[in-house]
Amino acid sequence: MTVSVSPGSLEDRKAVIDAFARRHRFKWYEAIPWVAAIASYFAFDSYHALGAQMFATILFALSLDLLIGFAGIVTLGHAAFFGVGAYAAGIMAANGWQEPLSQLLVAAVAASGVGFASGLIVLRTAGLTLLMQTLVVAALLQELANKWSSVTGGSDGLLGMKIDPIFGVFRFDLYGDTAYVYCLVVLFIGWLIARNIVYSSFGRSLTGIRENPNRMHAIGAPVDGRKIAIYTISAALAGVAGAMIAQTTALVGLNTLALSKSGELIIMLVIGGVGQLYGAFIGVPLYMIAQDRFSQIDPIFWYFWIGLFMIFVVVFARGGVLGVCGRLLERRSSR
Amino acid sequence: MSALALETRSLCKNFGALLVANDIHFQLERGARHALIGPNGAGKTSFVNLVTGVLTPSSGAICLGGDEITGLTRAQRVKRGLVRTFQISALFRKLTVLENVTLAIAEREGTANDLLRPAGHHRALIEEAYDLLVPLGLASEALRPVTELAYGRQRMIEIAMALALKPKVLLLDEPAAGVPPRETGAIIETIERLPPDIAVLFIEHDMELVFRVAQRITVLVQGAVLVEGSPAQIAEDPKVRQVYLGESRH
Repeated sequence: MTVSVSPGSLEDRKAVIDAFARRHRFKWYEAIPWVAAIASYFAFDSYHALGAQMFATILFALSLDLLIGFAGIVTLGHAAFFGVGAYAAGIMAANGWQEPLSQLLVAAVAASGVGFASGLIVLRTAGLTLLMQTLVVAALLQELANKWSSVTGGSDGLLGMKIDPIFGVFRFDLYGDTAYVYCLVVLFIGWLIARNIVYSSFGRSLTGIRENPNRMHAIGAPVDGRKIAIYTISAALAGVAGAMIAQTTALVGLNTLALSKSGELIIMLVIGGVGQLYGAFIGVPLYMIAQDRFSQIDPIFWYFWIGLFMIFVVVFARGGVLGVCGRLLERRSSR
Repeated sequence: MSALALETRSLCKNFGALLVANDIHFQLERGARHALIGPNGAGKTSFVNLVTGVLTPSSGAICLGGDEITGLTRAQRVKRGLVRTFQISALFRKLTVLENVTLAIAEREGTANDLLRPAGHHRALIEEAYDLLVPLGLASEALRPVTELAYGRQRMIEIAMALALKPKVLLLDEPAAGVPPRETGAIIETIERLPPDIAVLFIEHDMELVFRVAQRITVLVQGAVLVEGSPAQIAEDPKVRQVYLGESRH
């Protein structure tokens, strides 16, 4: 055969390298979630409390996307870190430390510590074994929180947490106005961190690990170390999300560590689209709004409708909302 | 410094009663073009897996450039210049050609540990990756996902990624396997053009490729070295003929 040796002209070279090297630049559509969030503040005046919870949950889902979508680490126990963060903030508040930002910091450190320690053990495995082990870590923590009731409040949880005003100025109000802005700002910072990681060399190597771990070994990558690193970072973000929920609802319960919490989160991420950084921004609002609507229409049977919706997504809309949008755009541009 | 690029001493590996490496003494000279042949199940790929650290030997030692590497991890061996390709294309299939090679260079340079700066800011690495693709005729397809390329082209990417790691010793596991005959020529040319300072050990069933490229040939049968010699010696060796007679040629 004749080898089609490309002339490799200098212009071609520059164009290809430029295209490749500029992938991390911000695109206009990345502003959409933020514009929508700010507009929603004014448009849905009575939904600020729900909005705040939504932002915290988006951060939680975003941290899961770093694991499942980018590093290919499938976990059923991500609520472990969410719960540790929530309890860290809750226990601090219950013991007289009510400053919110330092609570976030402690929550992040505590959750990342648990992430690192459990990651050392569970990340040696993959597939079904990994799934079971992550599930077990969350279950162990939940049982610990249940038994250690002198600190955690046991099955009653921690009620009536008091949180200081942010910077000593912005008081958490009953309508969730402060919480809305607070959670949005923290989510924005979390998103910047996640986005930065995804586009970094480290993040690209995670994609390599997801695509083919053996090949990563063969090019000399410390695969296990990288997985533990992203697991720790993701746990920290999940912990911050948990702390925010605790602070804005003034409540921490055993459900923050529950399997259903982890499962629900995966559902939200799958609806939005896995591994695309914005799946969380679509899936979480869709799920939470659907949950809100369905439970009003059909208070007893609403989970059935969520389930039906989920089956629809998996069968007809692979890749979630973002996957469908991507395919539609491709079809249009290939015409 | 030892004159040998790679050496194994009394290398043994068994899975229970199955002996996949039986006291293998193997020497690869610096800059060598050395072929490892043998019938199916002779233990050729197991040998590569032992040398690269995928498998742990039951006993024996492996030395790279005179230093023992038997206890090192896969990644540590790669860092020391021991690089392999895979029998079945094992690329990052959904990623672009350029990304595949850039990932390898980022590992070599250690920038893959950088989680602060965007990957695109390490421009020198991307330029190096692109320049590696040009002589292999892959530059025009740099931004296409690997899965869209013909199989023969994917084998070339495999070689490009190995070269990106600046190997001292390169182990090619059946570089032409599964490639349609009209595309093997390009692969043979590529192997012939590899930098002369790299010691190359390749496993291959394609005898045309073996006899065209190899300066020395080792024949492996049932996990043990049957015979080693120049291509002319191997072609005339009665033991080798016996092994390959009745064997369907691959």
